[in-house]
Amino acid sequence: MSLRVFDGFKFKKLNTPIHKMDPRAKFMFIIVIFALSLLFTNLIGLTILFLIQLPLILLAKCGKKWLKTMKGTAFFAILIFIMNFITGSSFAFSLAMTIRFLTLVSSFSLFFMTTSPDDLGLALEQMKIPYPLVFTFTTAVRLVPTIAIDAQTVIDAQKSRGLELEKGNLIKRVKNFIPILIPLIVSAIRRSMELAEALESRGFNASKKRESYITLKFSKLDYITLILTILLLIFGIYIKLYVSLPQIDLPIKFPTISFYKTFLKS
Amino acid sequence: MNEPIIHIKNLTFTYAGLEKPSIKNINFNAYRGEFIVLTGPSGCGKTTLCRCLNGLIPNFYSGEMKGEVYVCGLNTKEHSTSELAKHVGFVFQNPENQLFSLTIERDVAFGLENLGLPKKEIKERVEWALKVVGITHLREKAPYELSGGQQQKAAIASVLSMKPEIIVLDEPTSFLDPKSALEILKVIQNLNKQFGITVILVEHRLDFVAQFANRIVIMNDGEIALDGEPSKVLTEEAYLLGVGIPKVTLLFHQLKQENFKFNKTPVTIEEAAIELRRLLK
Amino acid sequence: MIKVENLRFSYFDKEEVLKGINLEIYEGEFIAIMGENGAGKTTLIKHFNGLLKPSSGRVLVDGIDTRKTSVASLAKLVGLVFQNPDHQLFCETVWDEVAFSLKNFNYSEDVIKARVKKILEILDLTKYSNSSPFTLSGGERKRVALASVLVWDPKYIVLDEPTIGQDYRQKERLRNFILQLVTQGKSVIMVTHDVEFVAECHPRVILLSKGRIVADGPAEEILSNEEFVNECSLELPQISKLMKALKDLGVNQKIIDVYSAKSYLVKMLKR
Repeated sequence: MSLRVFDGFKFKKLNTPIHKMDPRAKFMFIIVIFALSLLFTNLIGLTILFLIQLPLILLAKCGKKWLKTMKGTAFFAILIFIMNFITGSSFAFSLAMTIRFLTLVSSFSLFFMTTSPDDLGLALEQMKIPYPLVFTFTTAVRLVPTIAIDAQTVIDAQKSRGLELEKGNLIKRVKNFIPILIPLIVSAIRRSMELAEALESRGFNASKKRESYITLKFSKLDYITLILTILLLIFGIYIKLYVSLPQIDLPIKFPTISFYKTFLKS
Repeated sequence: MNEPIIHIKNLTFTYAGLEKPSIKNINFNAYRGEFIVLTGPSGCGKTTLCRCLNGLIPNFYSGEMKGEVYVCGLNTKEHSTSELAKHVGFVFQNPENQLFSLTIERDVAFGLENLGLPKKEIKERVEWALKVVGITHLREKAPYELSGGQQQKAAIASVLSMKPEIIVLDEPTSFLDPKSALEILKVIQNLNKQFGITVILVEHRLDFVAQFANRIVIMNDGEIALDGEPSKVLTEEAYLLGVGIPKVTLLFHQLKQENFKFNKTPVTIEEAAIELRRLLK
Repeated sequence: MIKVENLRFSYFDKEEVLKGINLEIYEGEFIAIMGENGAGKTTLIKHFNGLLKPSSGRVLVDGIDTRKTSVASLAKLVGLVFQNPDHQLFCETVWDEVAFSLKNFNYSEDVIKARVKKILEILDLTKYSNSSPFTLSGGERKRVALASVLVWDPKYIVLDEPTIGQDYRQKERLRNFILQLVTQGKSVIMVTHDVEFVAECHPRVILLSKGRIVADGPAEEILSNEEFVNECSLELPQISKLMKALKDLGVNQKIIDVYSAKSYLVKMLKR
């Protein structure tokens, strides 16, 4: 699993209806998908929840990146499947658990790819979280790609001085990270100092009363989404309680110990 | 007009943990509307002096401060940095570390939000600042989508929206290519000429900035060594202090040594051309 | 010789940054690679020591194909000094910092001692041998970074924006130092957009714009050419602008530095 999987959680500014939506409405939707996917263990139910997201991902023009994320988490997905299957669960159940995992990853990926940290910060602010906390959060998010670039530069600089990160035993490899970590940390600290200086110079924390220049307002689309989300939740709960979904399964079961015993006896 | 907008008296400052003061016995007055270039060899104390102008010293940087600094009539020891921010804007060297939001528009509004201004006024000032600096078309862009020059323009707009009387810029063109550097300097010149904003510009590369300044202050080893009109200050002495005087000025000093006479020591290309033309005819 | 053949490069699946570069850099040459931000200058030099491998085409350093060699091996020939020294300083003392690369290249203790001592002397850093690099000033840290690369005496020395943030005296010192290296037979390649610095140094100038080489020649030719300079977000050197202002008097348009201008004008005026 390479670092590329994080691409699927990185915000990119695009002009799609999903991008323009209020983060609070999007977040409600994600939470409901999350809740429903935990509620259901049925393969068909979970598959439907997974498939609901696909048109949204396409609408948000994030198809390629989403695929990369799926590829990146394939390792864990397969692991989950195997863990369930080996411990005796049916094929259908194991598959369902894998799909549940992928649904969760997809929904959060979709949220973060279409919501800018600034908007997220505004949403948190309007939910009455103290401004300095919100600012810390959005700044941290903003700095992640910057620090990633710094990290690459440090690695390049040290490689250019003959540092070989791939060679050596475990101890040597760990030691080799010191020339990477220290410059990175020092650069991050210097950067923070500069940011702090600039903040002070722009009157940060000057006034207790802080009115944000831009406020989030629910649009028609947001209200519609909210209503649909609530309906989805109600519908989902109804299905879980009162409707029994068909069980599809494959007649494969992981050989248990007793099976081996009987096999060996004969 | 005769009241200095910046008044510094016997200022000496030693950073906490250091033995020697970074600036000593500074006596300095700046008047409204001046365009002052502050320069000097590395370590001379230029940045330290600038930090004293908006309250970063003594509020953000601890140390021993002796003497008085008055900016727009306010004693910097008695007012917070955020209060002084209403009067003194500060633009830093690295554009990346002074833009906080994901859109330029929000960054220009940032300082105003901090001051707790009402939304309507914020909106007016943002429009105005974007227009004056010439980046209205970039308002929806994120900082990382812009070139270094555009980022610095955004930083200037973000400071301008707070309507300061003084703008201090610490080597703002360091990371910029020559074309962008000149563009930025023209923006700054416009702020000075059109709005009467007092400019304190720290810069090594006098080739670019000498033409804009009406006063050059050269520091050395923590003290002010030379202070005055560009043509009077950019002398042999400045060159010997390690200051990179403009190439045309250097050329004329060398020609003077060959016993050629001039009416005026040129500081800009235009002045140099006039002098040479006279000689060559 | 560093030979670049039809080099094309793009990061992952993004747009092409280098669009077919052909270049030869000989031993003992002094070269300035210039161009607007985003032209591909830093991307190009990272191919010289193998940090980046070509998407197509190839780069040969003294006949060695960089696609098939590790960065550590190529680094022995090509020393790359990055723009920001803080991206590489990590040791407790300046001595250790400078010795780091020699340890990576498996030099013996005796050789390390001798070489580190020598380079610290040359760069006037001996008094800081036991100091922490983090306590030094910006200019001094830059010198430590330079020392830590020069210590293994690479044949090709590549400097990425060496003049940013430097005052006049530091730049003069750097200029003299580079010229000294060139006289010793080293190749020095610097990426910069400091037109005035380049004008005083007279290197071979390679202009890069949007991933292609648009000009390659002596500094006087390239930097006095308004068309080239505008295409690459540069400015004419001040002396060149002065010469242009006096064009109608028949003044030599290819003069870009103070010394040449003085000699030329003195001759003209004495006539």
